[in-house]
Amino acid sequence: MFKKILIANRGEIAVRVLRACQEMGIAAAMVYSDVDRGALHVRKADEAYPLGAAAASESYLNIPKILDVARRSGADAIHPGYGFLSENAKFAQACRDAGVKFIGPTAAAMDAMGSKTRARQAMEKAGVPFVPGTSRGVESFQEAEQVAARIGYPVMLKAAAGGGGKGMRLVHAPAQLKSSLEAARSEAQSAFDDDEVYIEKAIINPRHIEMQVLADEHGNTVYLGERECSLQRRHQKVLEEAPSPIVDAEMRRRMGEVAVRVARATDYTNAGTVEFLVDQQKNLYFLEMNTRLQVEHPVTELVTGLDLVHLQISIAAGEKLPFTQEDVRIRGHAIECRIYAEDPDNNYFPSPGEITLLLEPSGPGIRQDSGMYEGWNVPLDYDPLLAKLIGYGTDREQAISRLRRALSEYFVGGIKTNLSLFRRILGDADFLSAKLDTGFLDRMLQRTEDKSVDSRPAEVAAIAAGVFAALGAAVAGAGNGGGSSGLPADKLPSNWKSASRREALR
Amino acid sequence: MSFMLFEVTIDGKNYPLKLDRQDGRWACHLGGREFEVEAILVRPDVLSLRVGNTAYEVKSERVAGDLYLWVGGTRFGAEVRDPRSLRGRTRAGEDQGPKKIVAPMPGKVVRLLVRDGDQVELGAGVAVVEAMKMQNEIRSPKKGTIRKILKSEGEAVNAGDVLAIVE
Repeated sequence: MFKKILIANRGEIAVRVLRACQEMGIAAAMVYSDVDRGALHVRKADEAYPLGAAAASESYLNIPKILDVARRSGADAIHPGYGFLSENAKFAQACRDAGVKFIGPTAAAMDAMGSKTRARQAMEKAGVPFVPGTSRGVESFQEAEQVAARIGYPVMLKAAAGGGGKGMRLVHAPAQLKSSLEAARSEAQSAFDDDEVYIEKAIINPRHIEMQVLADEHGNTVYLGERECSLQRRHQKVLEEAPSPIVDAEMRRRMGEVAVRVARATDYTNAGTVEFLVDQQKNLYFLEMNTRLQVEHPVTELVTGLDLVHLQISIAAGEKLPFTQEDVRIRGHAIECRIYAEDPDNNYFPSPGEITLLLEPSGPGIRQDSGMYEGWNVPLDYDPLLAKLIGYGTDREQAISRLRRALSEYFVGGIKTNLSLFRRILGDADFLSAKLDTGFLDRMLQRTEDKSVDSRPAEVAAIAAGVFAALGAAVAGAGNGGGSSGLPADKLPSNWKSASRREALR
Repeated sequence: MSFMLFEVTIDGKNYPLKLDRQDGRWACHLGGREFEVEAILVRPDVLSLRVGNTAYEVKSERVAGDLYLWVGGTRFGAEVRDPRSLRGRTRAGEDQGPKKIVAPMPGKVVRLLVRDGDQVELGAGVAVVEAMKMQNEIRSPKKGTIRKILKSEGEAVNAGDVLAIVE
């Protein structure tokens, strides 16, 4: 087993991996940028090494600096978390060349998955179902016309080197095909310096369901059940659950076996996730494989009873999987809410700043993977994910009711968060009846929210405002024109305010 | 005995409030109605409040100089004034006099959209502040003339920092 692991990440995932290291008796070395000196992952670390300026290219994405820390700290393995260098094949190879074990798949497996058309050719050989279309870029408009006619409209044009919606065009009718193809090509050329575009049948309002796989270095590959990830905004997942409400045992076995074939086709090792689109007839289409630990891995951990980070580390250390496919059981239901520092009243714009008050939920069936603390200044330089709130229950209803209860306990003050979004989702009739697809959130957000017309909370706020002011607690130090603390009508002793802060007023 | 008078504004609605402290409780007169209130400050910014026998936990939050109070999951914009205090009075004429244009979040000024002396309409873009890789346009809170620009392009700003003054 490893003696020391370098965690090349920040935020909640760095803390998550650190906890696994501590549980396994492995020392953890952390890295941090200038703005992260006070971050939770540094506070909790066994060793911490500065990387330099905040910009990711100068810090968490800087391969030479991170390998230098690995050497200086004497780490024998590197856990990349998710994001940053986690899916960078060059980094995985550089770790190997430096004699440090990369906790994840090999560079070759990542490379095979990196190019969408190349991955597709390997998968097709392994009998993996794809959205009908071309596995290579189309050569000409005539070819595009023939393919589109064969698979049927609507079709989607996609850049082979693409991502993030660049070089993508939805085409509803043959008349739009020519201009859309030209637009997709020129966009792909300018974004990726590669104008290769392929055509797929467009799946309207699909579900996004993914399958967790785990492979050791001795040829054993298992699947650990699916996660429903259909609730997304701007292609960003917001809430995930396991199991998917529409997947039964037979469908799970079918998806799982496809996912294992995908992994085997590239000699995949360690944890990975195979993403599928699922249409309204429950047909599966392979989307892509994420060659890392996912943000939403906790929901799988809760319903399988397995610790994926422990298993990642054991596999990287050369151990065999300690169980077989038959041993994997799905029990109960888990739902994860991604708590972001963003402003729901301002189009979910990021909201960094100081957390002035933090009240965190606890109690039955509640897990929190957090990278924040009260008094921490959320830097503006990175992804705004603050924490993940995960609810577990005997069934979906109980998981939802526990999360709703936990959300009523949760308070983050000083910055804006999307907590209110989850209160709304978890009370939504379509969500409760599990009518989910990737268009769900946009539709929900377009409907105006039913605000209660109850005047009582406003009156309570008014009373509280006065009491806070009387106690000199909240209003003192108000900004310009914000108000003065109300002075009592009769003169009070000068220490009255400070004493009453501590003292119950009976 | 001590009593205090406040003018409280909650989400734009005014509530005249009188708090009368009696034996550790508060007799509370709010807009002509009376409530029996008892409260403890359980920690800074968190008030455990009983109104009659109904219990509330109210949180206080200050963002860029503005006060908010949370009752359950609902956030209320709040202002508290002591009517005898002259300081609070300037709030009465919202649109009179100079107003500060402040950064609502920390970030970097990537673009200034106005110059000193420019005429601006209510809601006109004044500056673009970038945070977490997203750009946000900061708008003028009133119609008027830009009197002063305090931040330059490329400069880092904190929440509440004054970007410019409009008069």
